[in-house]
Amino acid sequence: MPPTVPAAFRRLFSEIGTVDAVGVEERVAKYTTRSIKKRAKLFGLKLAVSMLDLTTLEGKDTPGKVESLCRKAVRPHDDPGIPPVAAVCVYPAMVRPARRALGAAAPVRIASVATAFPSGQMPLKTRLAEVRTAVADGADEIDMVINRGAFLAGEFARVQDEIAAVLAACGDAPLKVILETSELETYDNIRAASFLAMRVLRAGDFIKTSTGKTAANATLGNNQVMLEAIRDFYLETGTPVGMKPAGGIRTAKQALQFLVAVKETLGDAWLTNARYRFGASSLLNDLLRQIEKERTGAYQAPYYFSEAAESY
Amino acid sequence: MNRLPITKTPKVYVGGAFIRSESGRTFAIKDAGGRFFANVPQCTRKDLRNAVEAAAKAGPGWAKRTPYNRGQILYRLGEMLEARKADMADALMLGGVSKSAAAKEITAAVDRLIYYAGWADKYEQVLGSVNPVAAPYFNFTVTEPMGIVGVIAPEEAPLLGLVSLVAPVIVSGNTVVALASAAQPYPAIVLGEMLATSDLPGGVVNLLTGARKDLLPTFATHTHLRALAAVADAGERKALALGAVESVKRTKFWKAEEKTDWFSEKAQSLYAIRDFLEFKTTWHPIGA
Repeated sequence: MPPTVPAAFRRLFSEIGTVDAVGVEERVAKYTTRSIKKRAKLFGLKLAVSMLDLTTLEGKDTPGKVESLCRKAVRPHDDPGIPPVAAVCVYPAMVRPARRALGAAAPVRIASVATAFPSGQMPLKTRLAEVRTAVADGADEIDMVINRGAFLAGEFARVQDEIAAVLAACGDAPLKVILETSELETYDNIRAASFLAMRVLRAGDFIKTSTGKTAANATLGNNQVMLEAIRDFYLETGTPVGMKPAGGIRTAKQALQFLVAVKETLGDAWLTNARYRFGASSLLNDLLRQIEKERTGAYQAPYYFSEAAESY
Repeated sequence: MNRLPITKTPKVYVGGAFIRSESGRTFAIKDAGGRFFANVPQCTRKDLRNAVEAAAKAGPGWAKRTPYNRGQILYRLGEMLEARKADMADALMLGGVSKSAAAKEITAAVDRLIYYAGWADKYEQVLGSVNPVAAPYFNFTVTEPMGIVGVIAPEEAPLLGLVSLVAPVIVSGNTVVALASAAQPYPAIVLGEMLATSDLPGGVVNLLTGARKDLLPTFATHTHLRALAAVADAGERKALALGAVESVKRTKFWKAEEKTDWFSEKAQSLYAIRDFLEFKTTWHPIGA
């Protein structure tokens, strides 16, 4: 390890170990070569639908758009064999419209990003108030961003204190901690941030790759580093933490590759939406498209699946 | 010193790139003397699927170009073919035709491209209309491209047949996924190299080579293909028509058993453009 690594990082790495970056890249390259056909493929596609956090996080979101998203979340397709998605993921201001659309006892949960998503650059007091408001308005789950500035400066205690404070504000609602992997620079740092978060989290909480608002998002590589961190942490403490890759997963093929990574790293216990989620918006349509392809045998046009109307 | 021979690996032109089949399969083609010439990609239904995705990506941009610009680009393709006549003649002569017959086919193909290039900014004036209505409205009918069109080229006239089917489809802003002649695929490979240098955006024309029986069922059922222009025998036409019913696509067939004379004036027409257009009629209040 080069001498420029700050002492705080050195101490942490000596506890949790570092990542063999070349090994990770080589491992995940293998996941894309698995041949998944017919029944196994259909199983994987439906499982991926049930693990989706169907997301809309745009400045132009309206209550109407969120309501139609909720309808799609509950009944993604007219085929009743296709399960509802796990959750809708919206901004705190859209939690009320989502709750109104879904009702009290919906099969779909409401996840809200909070804590000054996506930058997190707000006073802690404001961020906590945001979390409390979202929970009070009906959010079932909270997605928070970590303080990357504090992490990179080596102020780990501050990062963990903030996560703990948000956790307290969540009450019983599961928390998903966004590491924003693209801003952590290295696999070693991703592993370090995963451990810092998991040491605070409860069973049933999640760590999450990205906000989807930066150039680089979830990749098989950073997914793998985090899955291995979850595995090591589980073997050490017995606390199972969930995982949510988000951003950049647009095709059914990618989703199946991520599921292969879960199956081969953490095993079947994590192949459930209580422990693994996809944060995505356009993925659902491609999953439905591939499920329909498996059913009919014919390749499907994207505009049959509520894709943008001007699609060619 | 003996120099090792540098032979070309024929690859298909899909999405603006030269690719092998995703299956890795190839089939051998022979020259007129029966000697091995090269291995050509044997494309599969997955290659067809990928080509359709490429065509879908290229489509909106191509349709938004001005008709004048599309005409320029088709003309440029004619220029490229004219300038590389010798390469194309060699490719055609693999099929056993004489040098003069090859030259005749190339000239006809260039002329066909120029013919459709000329129509690019003119067909709308002929096919569109302002319709008389008994109310204070303007009533216009204008044309729009359909989208992605599947082309199944004839086995004979491997260059001219392909060009005669593709040019009228793309001139209006459609994109094409075409299956080249299975017996003589090499001219389509060379044509792909010309397409790549003709300012035509990648993905507007995608050329596949391979066995008809592998690919025709997917051409028939793929719902993202809006129409088919196919030279096919009776059995193939039936299979294509059945698939087209299921996926609601327009079909335009030429009977393979009645040898079409692609050199004829009748093989080019404004109506070949119309076959792959949608018509949209708009009401607009007068004075508003």
